[in-house]
Amino acid sequence: MAVTDKAGAVAASAAERPDHTDNRVPLIFEESSPGRRGVDAKGGAASEERAIAILGDELCRSEIEGFPELSEPQVLRHFLRLSQLNFGQALQFYPLGSCTMKYNPVLNDEMAALPGFAGLHPSTPPRLAQGAIELMARMEAALAEISGMDAVSLAPAAGAQGELAGLLMIRAWEEHRGKVRRKVIIPDTAHGTNPASCTLAGFDVVVAPSGPRGYLEASAIRGLLSDDVAALMVTNPNTLGIFEPEIQEIAAALHERGAMLYLDGANMNALLGVAKPGDMGADIVHINLHKTFSTPHGGGGPGAGPVAVKRHLEPFLPYPRIVKRPASGTGDRGGQWEFDYDRPLSIGRLRSFHGNFGMLVRAYTYILAMGGDGLAAASRHAIMNAAYVRKRLEEHFPSATAEPTMHECVLTHDLDQRSGVSTLDIAKRLLDFGVHPPTIYFPLVVHGALMIEPTETESRETLESFIATMEQIYAEAIENPETVKAAPHALKLRRIDEVTAARRPILRWTREG
Amino acid sequence: MRFIPHTEADVAAMLQTLGVAHIDDLIAHVPENLRNSAAIKLAAGRTEAEVAAEVSALAAGNRGAAGFISFLGGGYYRHYVPAAVRAITARAEFATSYTPYQPEVSQGTTQAIFEFQTLIAQLTGLDVANASMYDGASAAAEAILMAHRVLPKRHVVAISRALWPDYRATIRTYLSALGTLKLVEVPLESASGMIDLSALEGLANDELLCTVTGYPNAFGVIEPLGQIADMTHRAGALAIAVTAEPLALGLLKPPGALGADIAVGEGQSFGMPLQFGGPGLGFIAGRTAHVRQMPGRLVGQTRDSAGRRAYCLTLATREQHIRRERATSNICTNHSLCALAATAYLSLMGRQGLRELAARNVELAHQAQKALEGAGMRRRFSGQYFNEFVVAVDNPEAMLEVAEKHGVLAGLALDRDYPDLGGALLISVTEMNTPGEIERLCDVLAGGR
Repeated sequence: MAVTDKAGAVAASAAERPDHTDNRVPLIFEESSPGRRGVDAKGGAASEERAIAILGDELCRSEIEGFPELSEPQVLRHFLRLSQLNFGQALQFYPLGSCTMKYNPVLNDEMAALPGFAGLHPSTPPRLAQGAIELMARMEAALAEISGMDAVSLAPAAGAQGELAGLLMIRAWEEHRGKVRRKVIIPDTAHGTNPASCTLAGFDVVVAPSGPRGYLEASAIRGLLSDDVAALMVTNPNTLGIFEPEIQEIAAALHERGAMLYLDGANMNALLGVAKPGDMGADIVHINLHKTFSTPHGGGGPGAGPVAVKRHLEPFLPYPRIVKRPASGTGDRGGQWEFDYDRPLSIGRLRSFHGNFGMLVRAYTYILAMGGDGLAAASRHAIMNAAYVRKRLEEHFPSATAEPTMHECVLTHDLDQRSGVSTLDIAKRLLDFGVHPPTIYFPLVVHGALMIEPTETESRETLESFIATMEQIYAEAIENPETVKAAPHALKLRRIDEVTAARRPILRWTREG
Repeated sequence: MRFIPHTEADVAAMLQTLGVAHIDDLIAHVPENLRNSAAIKLAAGRTEAEVAAEVSALAAGNRGAAGFISFLGGGYYRHYVPAAVRAITARAEFATSYTPYQPEVSQGTTQAIFEFQTLIAQLTGLDVANASMYDGASAAAEAILMAHRVLPKRHVVAISRALWPDYRATIRTYLSALGTLKLVEVPLESASGMIDLSALEGLANDELLCTVTGYPNAFGVIEPLGQIADMTHRAGALAIAVTAEPLALGLLKPPGALGADIAVGEGQSFGMPLQFGGPGLGFIAGRTAHVRQMPGRLVGQTRDSAGRRAYCLTLATREQHIRRERATSNICTNHSLCALAATAYLSLMGRQGLRELAARNVELAHQAQKALEGAGMRRRFSGQYFNEFVVAVDNPEAMLEVAEKHGVLAGLALDRDYPDLGGALLISVTEMNTPGEIERLCDVLAGGR
């Protein structure tokens, strides 16, 4: 039990549900005891009575049914014990393909927490927030330089929101020119957000099959083009981890037919100083700061998904835009940073305020630390690490493609036929060795895919250890498949039944249980 | 480079295994013209000390972050963040983990999300909440799309004009491409600052999809949500309540109990710093019957193979990575770590702490309003309010400038978004304000008229 003081209430409730007693951290609601508190509020209970008198009974609730009541030390212990049930990039090798689980420098968080940023209200008059807006302006410029694009909006909260913004800009641009095309081409290897964003932006999806070598062929794309195709949305490198070699030809074909190239920057960690999306012919690219630019993934977010465009789309970017206005009086040599809301062609607002600013501080801190040279080195080392893992594992886990690997490799295996061991079993067995599994069963076009993205921040020793573990699991799967199929064994929980969770969903705690 | 571990010897050995001489040989297949123009023209990398100095200088350039007495609110609120919240969210096991697709090594995240879903459901008085959205504005837009999936044959969305302007703008953006939904802004009742119920009645027919109401609204006013929901339901439509100051739900009747079918909002008040407006926390809660139409991730309770209680992502067939173009939303990355902050915050506050803090906000705001009235500044609306209110002033911008010169950020001028109000200032008062600060506010505003 987590509760060691006055454990009566909790122990009793646990005894009534014996199947819960071996869960190592009770729910916060089960650790609650009436009358406990984790903060002392000025005014206290008297304040509550006075406030209810002010507002009137008819507006007020008398109770927050089921709300927890714990002391501060209990709350801290609860969450710190929960934290120990997680793997995290800082603690474990975490080669999740397409997620770029690179090291998140600790200085990033320290900078975001500076009172000058953390304490800044979003409606502060711009003249009192010049440092923050300047940081955003510098971030826009840095991302434009890195991606080879002309203008950047930092508003999108995540990659998917960047996609929505990009697609809405295509639509707005077409509306401005008088005719809206209805279709967007998406390769069969695309992330799920791409087609989902198309639907939200009112486009129909046309699926383009990858060519026999795992990449898009310009001839195939040409065959899909029509006057009703608005854009091609493609991730480069694609989700097989290979560079789209015909991307420039494809861009030219699109442009020739009045369509645009949307480049999904999810795999930007392969491209820093290697190839700029703008030079490939992209009209739009979104960039996931929580992937390439080292902001933490936070167990699912928050991230940030700035969207960068070529000049013709700049008027359509979400508002507000950052502008520098010359000072009205004399003496202010540099002018003043402001937000411009008067953007008649803009697709509009994507969200409240100015973007996930805390994430922008982290990413900017990272970009300063790395510099142009460091970023270029990062992509090269990321590519080398992925190529190395692929090469060393090729005997038992061959690559799904013969093309050269960029920042991630997609491997496959024959264990399901040889011994009935699935990719999921391999993933679960890796947990026993303290490794977070790669992305599995993606891209959908590869049988039993293992998508491995080591990133540049992992040492050779870590890679060697991972390679040895994979080989060991392969051998086990042949000699003793049940060990692999029943994994994990070394964790406090065994394999978790995700099917039952969906069959009769229990999505919250209730007192009745 | 300090974040890249390989030594020259490591690189040499690895390149030998790969059968190439130079690391650039690994990208030789990338078209040459692209490689030739790929150099990133940014300054070279710097030491940690240099970086810290440069970024700190930018932070110091934000004079408005400290040294002013502030009454800014309007969608983002100044609240104290207990140190324990930061201690919890700073844990690398939480902060540097990915979306919990491997539940066996993500029980910390999945259980915390399950607790978050429960806390939001309890606060909103609804059955079920999801694992988080980006922010209140985009959550409101997603709530409308969710309502449309529940009632696909209806198409009129009635939005109170007293919903925050940036929320209304975000909704317009999200709905702009669909072409199927018609947005109608329901006017204000000018005296009370509430939605005009008779105007809403005029929209209550079988075309009405949903009503969208701030609770409290953009003027801090507590809308008659129960009446709005009744009217909405009589038309067979869904009532959506939007809360940007969720602390209010510590004291106010929960939206679900008043009849709201979907409650969304911004959770920044629950343990997140202001951070110039993000990241905050979108939340969405609804009824069990509609759960399969919800956007975003959900965590459910299940068992491991030994029968022990555990938590994992569930009902994923709604989501983009499974359902692709037929998903309920395109959301993937959400605001999970912010949801963790809110879970820790609400656990610390607890039942009593949250109610007392909400009460403290009410008391201080009403004290401030009375004091301003005493100094001759009339309240613009008669509707009851939580911790922010609007005063009628002739020239709010000029008044704010005078106050600023005296070290007070006195509030937000509403003229740009509501020119018809004829000079209005939104003043937000929280537990971060002392009675002395309220006195100062009165002095500078009274002097600035």
